[in-house]
Amino acid sequence: MPVVTYISHDGAINEIEVTSGNSVMQGAVDNMIDGIVAECGGSCSCATCHCYVDDAWKDKIPPASEMEKDMLECVLEPQENSRLSCQIKVTGDLDGLVVRLPASQF
Amino acid sequence: MEQICVVVGASHAGGQLAVSLRQEKWEGKILVIGEEHYLPYNRPPLSKTFLSGEKHVDDILIRPEAQYEKVGIDFMLGQRVTAIDCQARTVSLESGTEVPYTKLALTTGASVRKLNLPGADLKGVMYLRDISDVENIQPYVIPGKKAVIVGGGYIGLETAAMLRKIGMDVTVLEAADRVLNRVTAPVMSAFYTRVHEEEGVRIVTNAGVTGFAGDKRVQEVLCGDDASYSADLVIVGIGVIPNTGIAEAAGLETDNGICVDAHCRTSDPDIVAAGDCANHHNVFYDMRLRLESVQNAMDQAKVAAATLCGREIQYNALPWFWSDQYDLKLQIAGLSNGYDDVVVRGDSEAGRKFSAFYYSGGKVIAVDAINSPQEFMIGKQIITQSLAVNKSQLANPEVPIKSLLDKS
Repeated sequence: MPVVTYISHDGAINEIEVTSGNSVMQGAVDNMIDGIVAECGGSCSCATCHCYVDDAWKDKIPPASEMEKDMLECVLEPQENSRLSCQIKVTGDLDGLVVRLPASQF
Repeated sequence: MEQICVVVGASHAGGQLAVSLRQEKWEGKILVIGEEHYLPYNRPPLSKTFLSGEKHVDDILIRPEAQYEKVGIDFMLGQRVTAIDCQARTVSLESGTEVPYTKLALTTGASVRKLNLPGADLKGVMYLRDISDVENIQPYVIPGKKAVIVGGGYIGLETAAMLRKIGMDVTVLEAADRVLNRVTAPVMSAFYTRVHEEEGVRIVTNAGVTGFAGDKRVQEVLCGDDASYSADLVIVGIGVIPNTGIAEAAGLETDNGICVDAHCRTSDPDIVAAGDCANHHNVFYDMRLRLESVQNAMDQAKVAAATLCGREIQYNALPWFWSDQYDLKLQIAGLSNGYDDVVVRGDSEAGRKFSAFYYSGGKVIAVDAINSPQEFMIGKQIITQSLAVNKSQLANPEVPIKSLLDKS
């Protein structure tokens, strides 16, 4: 199973095996990682699963939809590598992916 | 004796409450008792991708079984709790078993409001709330056949959209003079009516259903002497009623839901309630109310878990909702009840992207945003921070919504 590393805002590191086909958000929810809230359950409606994708992985993930881009512009402290983790599907190609979690989802 | 928290209702709120108890360092046992045979699942897909068959049970579970096992959350599924004894601190199951508790959480949810009309028990007259409801509906979902939806609320319209997409001939019957009349301004009702008609759904308002006719299975929906609509499938979506029976019988205070304080505590300090079943005082609208939403289920569950672990936090989240129909993503922030003005941003009469800001006494109290996520997200900030926003600038889509925050 691909492994995704979640680095919380306080520096805590969680390396999690995520089933291929699941989203990066689901991996966090399953493992009760605090920094991801995921209120809407992954339907790109709430922007409470914001993460920063490590630069090394940015180009390996399909680009964000217009809807996602619009929402990302309004999250707290958006950056160029901001994504909604519910929109990142984990595949074998993403084994080793590193994402950082923001200080707050609200 | 080891402490045990019993959670009644393996719902969205129930699952979150159990997980939050562990995050709050609850060290005793956790037992979640659920009437349905499933682990907590996401209900929103039921009227959408689950109905269409695109998603299956495993796809909509909030967490897989192994994750609950890992943190020591036990489930007792397919079991109905019939009574609570607050003195003895036990709950009784339908099977006769009594389960003791140290702390109790009620996440009992709500049940569909049923129609008490002639023919309402005919085959093919269905409701949509649970996985099993959808499984019962699915055999009737056949392209080209006729579906009649009773009730033009969100559930009715979402179901209509999905059945239409699958290729059914769909009619929505709404008793009021417009769809979504309880929750939105006329501009939103007109918009949704237009889009559904563009997609080929027939919307009939002022249509009071008086009964159903058919030989063994439903064939016709009757609206008095005025009209009838032929139907192979009827789905009734006319709201829900909170499941308060066991709480009421146990002597807990109830009033359109189980009454809770700001910390989700019921009138018995060892019992909390959260989600669709909980009637609470909302800090933004300064009134008691009950919310039927994922946001409320999750946020109250977290507050209730903290309360049970001796950490008092207040429930003060802004209500928000969403509804997906066709290519429309509607995001709603706040509650619009009691609005005195509506500012429309964008064109509601053509295209599929605009937003409506509801005002009361000069303040924005709610936003309905269609394919406009920035309006939704900025709208949330405007409401929670009580920001004053210039109406004419708000109404002008050329003025970026984010810039309104700077000026206020």
